[in-house]
Amino acid sequence: MRDAGKVKRELKAAQGFGLKKDKKKRVHIRVRSSRSTKRIKRRSALFIAPSMLGVLVFFVIPFMVVIYYSTVDNPISKQFVGLENFKLVLNNAAFRTAVSNTARFSAIAVPLSVVLSLMLAIVLDMKLPFRSQFRTFFLSPMMVPVASIVLIWQVLFHNNGMVNDIIMHFGMERIDWFKSTHSTEVVVLLFLWKNLGYNMILFMAALASVPRDLLEVARLENASSWQVFLHIKLRYLSSTILFVTIMSLINSFKIFREIYLLTADYPHDAIYMLQHYMNNKFRNLDYQALSAAAILMSLVMIVIIGFLFLVEDYFGKDVEG
Amino acid sequence: MTQKERAESGAEEKRLRIQKKLRKLREHIHLSIATAIAALFAVLFLMPIVLTITNSFMSSAEISSNYGSVFAVNQNGGKVYIADKVNLKFIPDMVSFSQYITVLLKSPDYLLKFWNSVILVGPIVIFQLAVASLAAYGFARYTGKLRSIIFFSYVILMLMPYQVTLVPNYLVSSWLKLLDSYWAIWLPGIFSPFAVYLLTKFMKRIPYSIIEAAQIDGAGEWMIFRKICLPLCKGSLSSAAILIFIDYWNMVEQPLILLSDADTHPLSVFLSKINAAEVGLAFAVATIYMVPSLLVFLYGEESLVDAIANQGGVKG
Repeated sequence: MRDAGKVKRELKAAQGFGLKKDKKKRVHIRVRSSRSTKRIKRRSALFIAPSMLGVLVFFVIPFMVVIYYSTVDNPISKQFVGLENFKLVLNNAAFRTAVSNTARFSAIAVPLSVVLSLMLAIVLDMKLPFRSQFRTFFLSPMMVPVASIVLIWQVLFHNNGMVNDIIMHFGMERIDWFKSTHSTEVVVLLFLWKNLGYNMILFMAALASVPRDLLEVARLENASSWQVFLHIKLRYLSSTILFVTIMSLINSFKIFREIYLLTADYPHDAIYMLQHYMNNKFRNLDYQALSAAAILMSLVMIVIIGFLFLVEDYFGKDVEG
Repeated sequence: MTQKERAESGAEEKRLRIQKKLRKLREHIHLSIATAIAALFAVLFLMPIVLTITNSFMSSAEISSNYGSVFAVNQNGGKVYIADKVNLKFIPDMVSFSQYITVLLKSPDYLLKFWNSVILVGPIVIFQLAVASLAAYGFARYTGKLRSIIFFSYVILMLMPYQVTLVPNYLVSSWLKLLDSYWAIWLPGIFSPFAVYLLTKFMKRIPYSIIEAAQIDGAGEWMIFRKICLPLCKGSLSSAAILIFIDYWNMVEQPLILLSDADTHPLSVFLSKINAAEVGLAFAVATIYMVPSLLVFLYGEESLVDAIANQGGVKG
């Protein structure tokens, strides 16, 4: 029992001092006794094995097959056609609508979610009354099952729904939210509602990591809170802002589930997303088009994620040192 | 000190005091604006949840008269009075448990789906944690070039939208003849890389000196993992469990594609289908469905926040 407490204390202390020291130590040991390092390497590889095996069988190998499918004319005759499928998909009108819709949705939803969640985090960073309660409230959408949210959204935004009721009360025309170009706004709202809390936590953690003494100095020098934010906090937040941006971008690709539950297979043109296209191709057993689309999508994702890694490398050095 | 000087220093003091007061006032104003913003958002955020819960205590007659125009319940053929606009109400006219009685006692369908959900999600949470904690130890214990590449591909896999992995998922299930059985959802879930990523980040924070000390005392890798790593990672294991649970408790796409028999679908899928037909029940079912995640949330909020905050960088 006492030992466990000691270990915990040591762990806490180490967290305080940061990881840098440990990393150095590890390298040091590696240089000194390469034989024992090799053993560690071999032994610890065994720990990864089960997971690797599963990932290979359930994700990597089938994905190779998908790549193969994207280059043949159909899964039965298996005639090699090169990049023909990709050309077909890229020239397909539905695919283009889907891509532009997805891009437009992300372009609206992502900046909004970054700015609003940063604002919430800053607000909560002040000495608010009921601070922790507010945090709980903002996180609570994470808990709500998607399907019941959809139910509420329908009550709110249906043509005879509550929002229209309010709008008409103020003498404006009612809007058929789901069946017009306004459907994007409804989905953006749903996206924000679901994701703001999560991003806010990320920002709060980053704000908490701004060195206190720096803020103290700024306060003594009579810096306005706006200056403090602009010149100190924002600098420490930069890597988190990028991280949140990219996570939101990735999450915005996942909004399909909500749209699907709200409007089924064929929604209004404005919210026909890439995933609708893929789902419908799947239903029609059009594996070639589906595979080609999946590969195009994953290429885009890999570029985004690679960019994230590069940026993190760049900024990580800047701030942590 | 002359009279004049004294007066001057008094004035100076006064000015400083006023300045201080002004500053305090400004801080107060800022704080109240911030509180107002937070309160506004809190109301917006909580409304759907509160609405779901309170509406679950309405009788079906009340619900159909309130929301009839949205969902147009008309299966009986009989004439039902339907208001032409929605009547959003937070407090039911009469608190009634009839919806719950129907859901819990009269029609076993809903309970059955609830169990389906539990049976689907439970093993995924437990075994994903088991597989992932092992792998995370492997990744955290030694960082070589090959391992970094593998870890990077895990991250990519983790971030892929489901539609990309949909085809591979379906293909494997059909090869292994897993379609229409829970294994088709269990197995990819268990090997999903998400928890590996999260736990690796946690385990890398364990100070090397502790592990080194154990090693000098003659502990093998398995021993270090069991006796040092796991106990130290208890908190992060539970936060990972919460995140996995939330993710799979909400799954919709996988069962729709991999399980053709609607009787085996989890409540999340079922819930999305009863919206139109039985609105009255929908709120009650949704509330019951929310209970486990709310419980998880209330008990694990701290570790959940911890887990999210620790994702702040993608790299391990």
